[in-house]
Amino acid sequence: MALSPLNQRRWRNFRSNGRAFWSLIIFCVLFGLSLFAEFIANDRPILVKFQGDFYTPIFKFYPETTFGGDFKTEAIYQDIEVECLIISAGLEDCWDDPEAIIEDASDGNIDGLDIDRGWVIWPPIPFSYDTPNDINGTAPSPPDATHWLGTDDTTRDVLARVIYGFRLSIVFAILVTGISSVIGIIAGAIQGYFGGWIDLIFQRIIEIWSSTPSLYVIIILFAILGRSFWLLVGVSILFGWIALVGLVRAEFLRARNFEYVRAAEALGVSNFRIMIRHMLPNAMVATLTMLPFIVTGAISSLAALDFLGYGLPSNLPSLGELTQQAKQNLQAPWLGITAFMTFAVMLSLLIFIFEGVRDAFDPRKIFK
Amino acid sequence: MIQSETLLRVEDVKVYFPYRNRGFLNRREATYVKAVDGISFDIKRGETLGIVGESGCGKSTLARAVIQMVPVHAGKVLWMGQDLVDLKSSEMRDKRKDLQMIFQDPLASLDPRMTLGQIIGEPLKTHFPKMPKAEIKEKVAKVMERVGLLPNMVSRYPHEFSGGQCQRIGIARALVLEPKLIICDEPVSALDVSIQAQVINLLMDLQKEMDLSLMFIAHDLSVVQHISTRVMVLYLGSVVEVADSDELYDNPLHPYTKALIAAVPHVDKKAPSDQASLMIDGDLPSPLSPPSGCAFRTRCPKAQDICAQQRPVLSEHSSGHESACHFVAR
Repeated sequence: MALSPLNQRRWRNFRSNGRAFWSLIIFCVLFGLSLFAEFIANDRPILVKFQGDFYTPIFKFYPETTFGGDFKTEAIYQDIEVECLIISAGLEDCWDDPEAIIEDASDGNIDGLDIDRGWVIWPPIPFSYDTPNDINGTAPSPPDATHWLGTDDTTRDVLARVIYGFRLSIVFAILVTGISSVIGIIAGAIQGYFGGWIDLIFQRIIEIWSSTPSLYVIIILFAILGRSFWLLVGVSILFGWIALVGLVRAEFLRARNFEYVRAAEALGVSNFRIMIRHMLPNAMVATLTMLPFIVTGAISSLAALDFLGYGLPSNLPSLGELTQQAKQNLQAPWLGITAFMTFAVMLSLLIFIFEGVRDAFDPRKIFK
Repeated sequence: MIQSETLLRVEDVKVYFPYRNRGFLNRREATYVKAVDGISFDIKRGETLGIVGESGCGKSTLARAVIQMVPVHAGKVLWMGQDLVDLKSSEMRDKRKDLQMIFQDPLASLDPRMTLGQIIGEPLKTHFPKMPKAEIKEKVAKVMERVGLLPNMVSRYPHEFSGGQCQRIGIARALVLEPKLIICDEPVSALDVSIQAQVINLLMDLQKEMDLSLMFIAHDLSVVQHISTRVMVLYLGSVVEVADSDELYDNPLHPYTKALIAAVPHVDKKAPSDQASLMIDGDLPSPLSPPSGCAFRTRCPKAQDICAQQRPVLSEHSSGHESACHFVAR
């Protein structure tokens, strides 16, 4: 798709803002990587070769019996016995002395007999966000070679949780911002364009709605319906769309009296088309100025709810919960430092990017 | 001359804007600004009606009332016999095909985010949504050529053009639907004098060619004289004088018209000394509390007691020449 000259200019302006441009690249890399978090941090291998066949445990469920085990439950790939079974192509002796057999199998045969040697490819971090780990000492354990950022108070790997938590935060923010902006822009546009009684009534409804204590509503709804990610998204949208209404309404009220809007009206252009084609592009610049606050607001409100214990279900990876653990375990500073650094990096990147976008859209800003 | 068909007949139109609303708890009477206070006129096919008056006399409001962009308080706007005032907005939208408008500020009346092609093509897209893209393109190209815009400008944006070119774009946009009447709301006030002449001549050529009627609003008398068949002079929301263009300039009856004509600067000859006495002072009185009787009496050199008591009515002086003044000899 070809960009219009105006958008080309905006893109040039954005690129000339080094801080914003590099923030965008770093953010895209981080978010892109986190989208493939299953391949980076997982308690299941990416690829397994067993008796000449290939298995992909990331995508598919394999019972232990597939690899010659006894149980019909999913194979626990971290167990040394399972590892031994895969490598030795299903030798029964694995149940007695797996270490010895693995060592013996490293040269391609066991007790002089040739075997179809299998192998396992693990993700770089062989733990998922909810994997309970065996650790030496008490949880939370400090960073070491296996757990690069240590473990939390239920022995889950902090790095894995941060990767998944980052993704969840961003997805949550994008969903909430996207949907509530669309609703807010539509509502504000209708109010500003038609004005009069519609505006008056809508405005009163919004005043009432915005004075509803959202935290209580969330707590009550969670008590009735149970905690879930999608319910939290829904409630956040329910109370988030108001943020843009006032702004868009004001822009539309202003644009209503622009000469070219009147001209379009005189030409007989329909209300809907005037709103979309002539007025919305104007309102977009003001909306873009507001957007970073909504995005960062969504992220921090999710974190705040998690911190208070009213957020995501406890098994989901949440940065807010990590912060709460950090507060409860002051003897384990790696929790607090990790949480702080993650938030700082994430929010700073977003702010820098949106700052650049806003400046690029500002027609009065002059770039060199 | 054959009596040509009357396109637009405006009968006693009043446009009042509420100044202080009678609110929910506010029991005071609502007060109104009488922007247009009972104006009537006809426009025939192929005719140009010039409307003159100083700032704030209701020229633009009258134009907007004709095109139904401000609510009309009372009176009728008959478009080929049909009253536009009571039409539903969807029916009115249909009428706008024949009833186009050119605006005062050429640049501001064009959407800065649309290309020239999009701007001129928009009326077609609006009124003929099924028209194929190629046909729209062709019509846009044709009208652009007609108003003197080069074909390679089609993908440029309004801010890349000069004021005169922008006004040509505005004219092209109004012309593309081949309307019967174009309302020109001070189309040349924002342009340089040299460009003014070009635009006026373009409008006159187009009028001859397409049998257009124009309602031409301006505050510049010389411009109006050049283009109009008939001229109407407004003061504070009502008509003070109507006449054929040449008649009005040669033989102005109303003191206000005389003052307006005297105010036109001349380069080649010295202003006659008696014209100085015709000059009027002061500003337009507030339309919120217009003077009693004749609205012009506060600034009129001839004002008498009767002017404060009685409002002069528009009466015919000679054929086609009407004036609203107590002291115009019949």
